[in-house]
Amino acid sequence: MPEATAALAELGPSAKVLAGGQSLVPVLAMRLAAPAHLVDINGLGELDTVVADAGGVTVGALARHSRVEHDAAANRTQPLLAQALRLVAHPTIRNRGTTVGSLAHADPAGEMTTVLALCGGSVTAASTDGRRVIAAADFFLGPLESALRPDELATHAYFPALPRRSGSAFVEIARRNGDYALCGVGAIAELDELGVVRSLRCGYLSVSDTPLVLDLTREWEAGEGTVATRARDGVDPQSDLHATADYRRHLAGVLTVRAARQAISAARQAVGAA
Amino acid sequence: MTEPTEQRESLHEVKLTVNGGTRSATVTARRTLSDFLRHDLGLTGTHVGCEHGVCGACTVLLDDAPVRSCLIFAVSVSGQRVTTVEGLAGEPEAGRPSGLSPVQQAFHECHALQCGFCTPGFLTTVTACLAANPAPTRDQAVEMIAGNLCRCTGYQNIVDAVLRAAELQSAEVQGRQK
Repeated sequence: MPEATAALAELGPSAKVLAGGQSLVPVLAMRLAAPAHLVDINGLGELDTVVADAGGVTVGALARHSRVEHDAAANRTQPLLAQALRLVAHPTIRNRGTTVGSLAHADPAGEMTTVLALCGGSVTAASTDGRRVIAAADFFLGPLESALRPDELATHAYFPALPRRSGSAFVEIARRNGDYALCGVGAIAELDELGVVRSLRCGYLSVSDTPLVLDLTREWEAGEGTVATRARDGVDPQSDLHATADYRRHLAGVLTVRAARQAISAARQAVGAA
Repeated sequence: MTEPTEQRESLHEVKLTVNGGTRSATVTARRTLSDFLRHDLGLTGTHVGCEHGVCGACTVLLDDAPVRSCLIFAVSVSGQRVTTVEGLAGEPEAGRPSGLSPVQQAFHECHALQCGFCTPGFLTTVTACLAANPAPTRDQAVEMIAGNLCRCTGYQNIVDAVLRAAELQSAEVQGRQK
């Protein structure tokens, strides 16, 4: 790893880090970017790690999506990981693409960016100057733009554990199986001692420039209609070839209610099982 | 001004175990695995469709897991094991007179290809998926091939072939146990 950070320090903005390459290589193939150098980290076996403890899940920069998706301990700790990962492209892409790489790519249509923002995680970046931990709220600056400096390597991502008495869900609508979502919503619901929803938070993809998180606890008390209205008002989608902004906004309302119901149902099950 | 890159690009020796044999060639770092297989090793069974990871025609098995060979640089996987479509068939033998693998035999029987361009990617993908799930439901069979595009068949015969391949494979396994 010192070799990788030294290379990044020397090459600066002319270099890009190559991990799984499932986003970067298509960008190169379509000539949308032409970095003079790629720093390939596929040899850094020490970054191929998924570690779950009581606090959360730490994913190393070389852990492929498929490994994270199928790590039983990681998904007991934070079920949003597998719930979202099964929607990341196709299994063949997940065999190569890395979870930390998709965070560094900072695509607002990416599922894992939304998961990191929703569960309040962080990214650890290393450079020849040392390490720093960047909170999700500070990490995503814009479409395909993260807070990583050109000389920094994202080495780990940390996904905090799902709180007790909580449930999660992740739903999305895409034109084709495995394609980019027109809109996606992740939800975390927490129940109080009486089984009443104490907290409901939703994270969004494909409807804002950076992963959007809304606290819908008060709206849930008012009813599903209020939740859907708040979601439609809260998102800021763009029209493109695949869907109009209005349609994406409509989906945000529908999917928010769907995700919220599923997350609350999962929370009830968790409480029942405990 | 950017200098012409060809003169200063460094070369790397890439050594792979391909379909059981050791193969190597000296290539630039920008050589994709798909081009490495086709141009440097002459294994033209792996087809290159979209060149950006969407169509699935270039799918090969890397240490038994299906991956898009057009999205991987050969130098990144030096030392690893690759299975291409050429590695699926074997010599004719008892219980497998054509030498075709169960997946290939099933594609043949079910007419699961027309022009054949996408077929290598389907064959490698389905081979790996059936190794992980030897008895898929029809829905699971659809899911298995969801990442591969075919512009001819309409997919129905390919789904049939996945299920037929599972039957053939399970018959082979039972035959061996007898």
